[in-house]
Amino acid sequence: MLLSSDVPRILIADDESPARVRLRDLLDECRESFPLAIADEARNGREVLDVLNREKIDIVLLDIRMPEIDGMEAARHIAGMAEPPAIIFTTAFDSYAIKAFEVNAIDYLLKPIRVERLLMALGKTRAAPPVSRQALDAASNLPRRHLSVHERGKIILVPVADVLYLRAELKYVTVRTAEREHLVEESLTHLEEEFADAFVRIHRNCLVARTAIAGFERNAEESESGWAVVIKGTGEKLPVSRRQHSIVKQFR
Amino acid sequence: MAKLGTVASINQTGAGIRLPNFCNLGVMLRSLLIVNLLLVAAAAIRSPSVGGIWLEFLVFAAFGEPVLMLSLVALCAARRWLHAMGYVGALAALAAFEILVGWFVYGAAGALVPERSPMPFGQVMFLVFFVTAVTLAYFDLRTRALSPAIAEARIQALQARIRPHFLYNSINAVLSLIRSEPRRAERALEDLADLFRVLMADNRTLVPIANEVELARQYLALESLRLGERLKVTWRIETMPADALVPPLVLQPLVENAVYHGIEPSEAGGEIEIDIARAGGQLAMVLKNPFPGGGRHSSGNRMAIVNIRERLQLHFDVEASMRSEVKEGTYTVTIRIPYITQPG
Repeated sequence: MLLSSDVPRILIADDESPARVRLRDLLDECRESFPLAIADEARNGREVLDVLNREKIDIVLLDIRMPEIDGMEAARHIAGMAEPPAIIFTTAFDSYAIKAFEVNAIDYLLKPIRVERLLMALGKTRAAPPVSRQALDAASNLPRRHLSVHERGKIILVPVADVLYLRAELKYVTVRTAEREHLVEESLTHLEEEFADAFVRIHRNCLVARTAIAGFERNAEESESGWAVVIKGTGEKLPVSRRQHSIVKQFR
Repeated sequence: MAKLGTVASINQTGAGIRLPNFCNLGVMLRSLLIVNLLLVAAAAIRSPSVGGIWLEFLVFAAFGEPVLMLSLVALCAARRWLHAMGYVGALAALAAFEILVGWFVYGAAGALVPERSPMPFGQVMFLVFFVTAVTLAYFDLRTRALSPAIAEARIQALQARIRPHFLYNSINAVLSLIRSEPRRAERALEDLADLFRVLMADNRTLVPIANEVELARQYLALESLRLGERLKVTWRIETMPADALVPPLVLQPLVENAVYHGIEPSEAGGEIEIDIARAGGQLAMVLKNPFPGGGRHSSGNRMAIVNIRERLQLHFDVEASMRSEVKEGTYTVTIRIPYITQPG
């Protein structure tokens, strides 16, 4: 008999209780040929990340459509972890996601799930590398609602709606909220593409949330264009580059 | 309205398919428009100068409008007999009737306005005959043009009905119950079977609203299996006339929308409110659900709304209305259709 610490620990994530019950039944059937431990259950993406912050999980059975933070967004946060668990997506029907998964070679299980298919997917997690962040980003059609900050092996979620501005510095991007600053390992260009509706570029190294712009100030120091954006709440002044000068007119 | 019997602006069987429903407001308006356009044309031909067209038209209208109004009222009242005659028989009866009405109004007009030199009787009869024929030909053509749409509407109804998302999730939920709660699983499969029986049926004829309510209840029973306490439903249908006829699958897709967009995206769930009541000559259905916003899963929504709107139009032309609005986090959709019941 194996010790429970030696077998893969599985997290079941689905917002529907019968779906979780069903997965438990199926996993119990898999035990014989694939020793495993059912570690926990989660009802949405946030609970998934909470569990991952709390305990060691090897495999997440992740439903795509869940309230608040859906499976797709949760997976994108998970992929940023140093040692991410393997993810097996589950879905009843989602024509967009299925197409995107096929294109990006991401594996998924269709509900109702057959035990044979589940066993195969569990087996694959041993050999296959975890799904890459790039593939997940490419498969998503919606911007994330949160940015994930990875600090000491924990995932901290920063709601995109709370972000005042994003500033690139060397390897990282600084995420500024009203309360504090975070560092994320992302590219400013990708962030600009993903959140094109909510953010506007004011400088080669800076994106500002449209809702965080309090106004513009003239004759700002170290600003090529002579203009600076004043940030709501904090009153910080961020230089506007000559190339982005047109946004001053656009907002005034 | 209830007395006026049948229903659709287009009837979908037998002779009816080529005869318009003269009780339908849309048909009345269209008749009014065509007849008056033809009268304008006739006035233009008869008038010696451009300025005289108006006066000439008034003379035609004084004769034409009474004929038209009398005809519409009579045809609306007599439409069941007309349908029983078949298309050719109905046409003959209609022509005879129009000449009769024309003759009557001609006589009455002659008595009332004697100083105006009247057109010869034969010319007037020709005009009546010609206008009637053109109007009927228009409705015949319109029906032919729309009949593929009717067939299409049936297919669309099929497609609009049920999201695959719902079907597979429901089957999954039933599977999860089989081991632990076989009784509930049985019950759920029975509901699913009933639901699909209606979905697979021929859905071209109108059905009593009570059937639609029952269908929506079975659907909601299945959804609450999956969603548990997240789904709350309030029905306010105490005063609903159970015999009111509605297009099939007008309610269930809306309820499904409410669950998909209003309940599922929210962790805490929410309440769906359904009000159905008679309001004068109309049946009003009002459905409310929370609108979590963000518009994250919005593409399917418009499809169902468009589909129902099209089918309402096919069945009732301009007499049905459908409105939806978002206000203070609540999505409300309101459907109003003429209150009609099974004839006889």
